[in-house]
Amino acid sequence: MNWSETLRTGLEAVRAHRLRSGLTVLGILIGIATVVVAVGLGQGAKTSVNESISALGSNLLIVSPGSTTSSSGVRGGLGSASTLTVGDADALASTTAAPDVEAVAPTVSGSLEIDNGSTNWTTSVVGTTKQWLAVRGRTMAAGSFLTAADQKKAATAIVLGPTTAQELFGRAEFAVGQSVTIDSTSFTVAGVLASAGSDSSSNLDDTALVPLTTYVQRLSTSSSRSSLSSVYVAARSNSAISAAYQEIDAILLARHSITSSSDADFTITTQDSLLSTADSVSSTLTILLGGIAALSLLVGGIGVMNIMLVSVSERTREIGLRKALGATPVLIRRQFLVEASVLGLVGGLLGAALGVGGAHVIPHFISDDITVSSSAVIGAIAVAVAIGLIFGVYPATRAARLAPIDALRSE
Amino acid sequence: MTTEPIIELTDVRKVYRTGAVQVEALRGVSLTVDEGEYVAVVGPSGSGKSTLMHILGCLDVATSGSYRLAGEDVAQMDEEELADVRNRRIGFVFQQFNLLPGLTALRNVELPLVYAGLGREERRARAAAALARVGLDDRLDHRPGELSGGQQQRVAVARALVTEPAMILADEPTGNLDSHATRDVLALLDELCAAGRTIVLITHEADVAARARRTVRVLDGLVQEAGQPSGALVKVLG
Repeated sequence: MNWSETLRTGLEAVRAHRLRSGLTVLGILIGIATVVVAVGLGQGAKTSVNESISALGSNLLIVSPGSTTSSSGVRGGLGSASTLTVGDADALASTTAAPDVEAVAPTVSGSLEIDNGSTNWTTSVVGTTKQWLAVRGRTMAAGSFLTAADQKKAATAIVLGPTTAQELFGRAEFAVGQSVTIDSTSFTVAGVLASAGSDSSSNLDDTALVPLTTYVQRLSTSSSRSSLSSVYVAARSNSAISAAYQEIDAILLARHSITSSSDADFTITTQDSLLSTADSVSSTLTILLGGIAALSLLVGGIGVMNIMLVSVSERTREIGLRKALGATPVLIRRQFLVEASVLGLVGGLLGAALGVGGAHVIPHFISDDITVSSSAVIGAIAVAVAIGLIFGVYPATRAARLAPIDALRSE
Repeated sequence: MTTEPIIELTDVRKVYRTGAVQVEALRGVSLTVDEGEYVAVVGPSGSGKSTLMHILGCLDVATSGSYRLAGEDVAQMDEEELADVRNRRIGFVFQQFNLLPGLTALRNVELPLVYAGLGREERRARAAAALARVGLDDRLDHRPGELSGGQQQRVAVARALVTEPAMILADEPTGNLDSHATRDVLALLDELCAAGRTIVLITHEADVAARARRTVRVLDGLVQEAGQPSGALVKVLG
């Protein structure tokens, strides 16, 4: 008997037991759909995280106080919570010591309530300098950004992010020239930022910026007034990032009198390191989701085995008859294996279709993207067939071993 | 007879072991059936009749003794070879018909040819011819559930015929049929015999056995030719 006859026989058997075949297929179908959606969720998360990181600005380095080491956890400077100072930021701006640094924007930030008289809104308020706009690669939607003069005289000027402006004034254009109160200090809105234009989950658009000096004098609650939350540094170009990294590292180590960079009390983060961290996080996510999906496939596979075993004992008579008519054990085994893989294949195809459909529908209900690659779909179908085959081996072998007389005698 | 016998059983014994209990179902059976014979095997239940039928049908092998089927020694064959012999040499007709309910009459009759490895065209032609032979050429696409008991058994006879076997082995073929269908099927077997087919019919009904030209009685694991003097039985026993 050739393969096409075996396949035909397998299909006949699947058709002859529609309900049972349907239920088995359902098990595989759910497993495969879960795999497709789960892997798609993982890959979608990876893509969107990478996009948000790119949205931060391509030449960006972020210097933050403290450091993590493998042996001792978080390291801070002696006697203070924060070791990064305005002096450090000024030193990084030196063109002689750090020729590859384009601009430096020191920041202090805190979550504060902004009041416009009738409504209030709590957001991340950042004290910084005029360089911030260029370093972060942002543009203005209305008004103007903080100036050097604002910085010098600790002016009570404020720049709002588009979301913040919208929350406080309804429309961004209305905000310019209005006044708001933070911590009983009145600020005049100088301008509104343009939207960062990304769909990222980090709220780049919900923020407010004031001059660093103003922040330190009027808003800071920290005991050490010169300490910074972080320093944003723009390298001259994309290719100068690693040179800038070296320069920043050297300058800060010298200023902090630290000899070895493994003892550093600061951390320099580049986009590359962010990307690789994010990658490893989303890979872990993909593995986790894939693991759950694999478990549901395993359950589906056991379902196939269960149904095939039921099928073998229910069809003992048929097996006996086929043997009496000349079917060899090899042919009987092959027939049941083909049946099991047909169930797997049908489940795989339907599951992949459901998964792809789900990947289009689910993002309407949750914020995450689902990226379904064709290789994942083909892989899932192949896995479904393999599951049918693997879990079909035992029932098929049982069928092949049945003695024809015992099989014919059974009622 | 110059032709070689179709069936040649010599001192066949069959012992079943169930745990510590040994049951000797056949205790030295010798039987010869020539080509074109119509033999009825009769005997009460527990006589060893079913065991004899299983061995004749190559569904089981003897514990000892020899069995030549159409010149081939099948006593020492393994499962694969037996499947091949069953396919080529034996056409089965069962009491329960044993048609596959999901398949049409034509496809049911095709099955042995599928296992014989024939191409689709030839299979269809031969299966259709076999169904025509049993008078069911207008029922090719009916499923067993759409046929009467007698018609189902005729489909089974067509399936037994389709491989041109050396022997048709019918195990209580009328056990599940009403008297009308019984006459029908027995008439068909008569026709096949008249056309030169070798038929072995297993039954416990005397009037069915009476249709055969020769009757073999099985009792307590031994065979006895009906009408033979009792001395012959003594000889077999000896």
